Amino acid sequence: MAIPHAMCSGMGGMRTSGDLVARMQMTRGMKTVEAKAFVAGKLGISTAELTDAVIMRELREDLSLGTIRSFGGFPKGIEVKHHIADLLGVDINSLNIFRNRAGVM
Amino acid sequence: MKKVFSRTGDGWPIELTEAGLMKEIEAGTNDAAERGKIPHLSEDERRHLFDLLKSTCKINGVEKGSEVIMTYDGGTNKIGRMGISTGPIQVLQLYERCFGADTTELSHLDYSFKPVKPIVHEFTHVMEQAQFLMVVPVFYGAMPNLGLYTKPDGPMGNPAELIPNGQIKEGKEAYEGAIELAVEDMVYVGSALYEAGADGINFDSVGASGDADFKAALVATEKLRKKYPNICIEMGMAGEFILGMHSELTHNGVRLAGLYPHEQVKVAQQAGVNIFGSVINTTTTKSFPWNISRVITFTKACVDASDIPVHGNMGQGVGGLPVCDVPSIDHVSLASKAMVEITRLDGL
Repeated sequence: MAIPHAMCSGMGGMRTSGDLVARMQMTRGMKTVEAKAFVAGKLGISTAELTDAVIMRELREDLSLGTIRSFGGFPKGIEVKHHIADLLGVDINSLNIFRNRAGVM
Repeated sequence: MKKVFSRTGDGWPIELTEAGLMKEIEAGTNDAAERGKIPHLSEDERRHLFDLLKSTCKINGVEKGSEVIMTYDGGTNKIGRMGISTGPIQVLQLYERCFGADTTELSHLDYSFKPVKPIVHEFTHVMEQAQFLMVVPVFYGAMPNLGLYTKPDGPMGNPAELIPNGQIKEGKEAYEGAIELAVEDMVYVGSALYEAGADGINFDSVGASGDADFKAALVATEKLRKKYPNICIEMGMAGEFILGMHSELTHNGVRLAGLYPHEQVKVAQQAGVNIFGSVINTTTTKSFPWNISRVITFTKACVDASDIPVHGNMGQGVGGLPVCDVPSIDHVSLASKAMVEITRLDGL
């Protein structure tokens, strides 16, 4: 059921901006409309463009927000979350733990 | 008169006349309105649903711009069920990289907090490693499953035996003891996984053992919220109606037995829940139009009553989805589209 729902109603996750909007729901309790407007504002695009895979592919690379395909020389995983936390101004639990353990707080 | 392709609540193909389709929609919304004492769908909403349900498409989707966030239950258990050998981190990556998932969830095969407690150290390091690799948020999810705390599976008396024997007081005390034990396990496991980096904790199938089960999840939410003010807690329900197995349990002055989703969400958000997962059960003997109309009526009332994001549960046997082993995409996607477009909820 996960795939049909994601394809017909989902935001697209890392293909687009779904993970970013999800983080605003999770950390700020924003409803979807508000969360989309917030993320679109941070990215400098319209809310309609948030789910455009072509636009978001370029934007995610430009802003180091991670790309759906894995390319050498680009941020991945926890490195990407550093940029997401900065862009959205939110705390990411695993990133805080990483920084604390690595002594880079 | 033109026939419309549809399905029953167990997925079987049927045909309805257009008049019959509208009759099913009206009966479904009226059933929800009557049971929940909530508004039925307006004429415009019923007409919108009617138009959607006449779809002959193999797959349906929401209008661009109407997309919502996806959260999942039993996340890392689902691929293994199909006989595909994968580890939990591989599954999380599949959700992120292949399925377009907005969030993911790590979980134990026995999806309950009690069995996870003695082996939680087997999951904390997996969560830590997953968080190095993953970009999308990773929840940890499990069920309160109060049944595991009563005999023969746990130390408390079995209310299902005590209450029918007339031992009402003993039965209620057994539930109250089970709540304490479940809360301890949920807070223990939730804390361990949060401290390992989880982006959120998902209390799933809440209320499966009735009002006592709901009470345990509410108390555990409050304790985790107090311990970790920034923690994200999602609460997904087990059914549309809180069964009064104990019957006298309250939370902040609200009696839990008998609550429907639009009432459940208020108690949940007051306890500190961030995302509420409403559930409406599918009735297999009714048609898909009857079921989805009923689901949308209940869910719309829940969304209207909520100050927090609502993610409607739309898995096997809930959210209007047919109860069958291999649901057809035509009606899964139709249910998904209708739910999002008419209720304006925040996620699935």
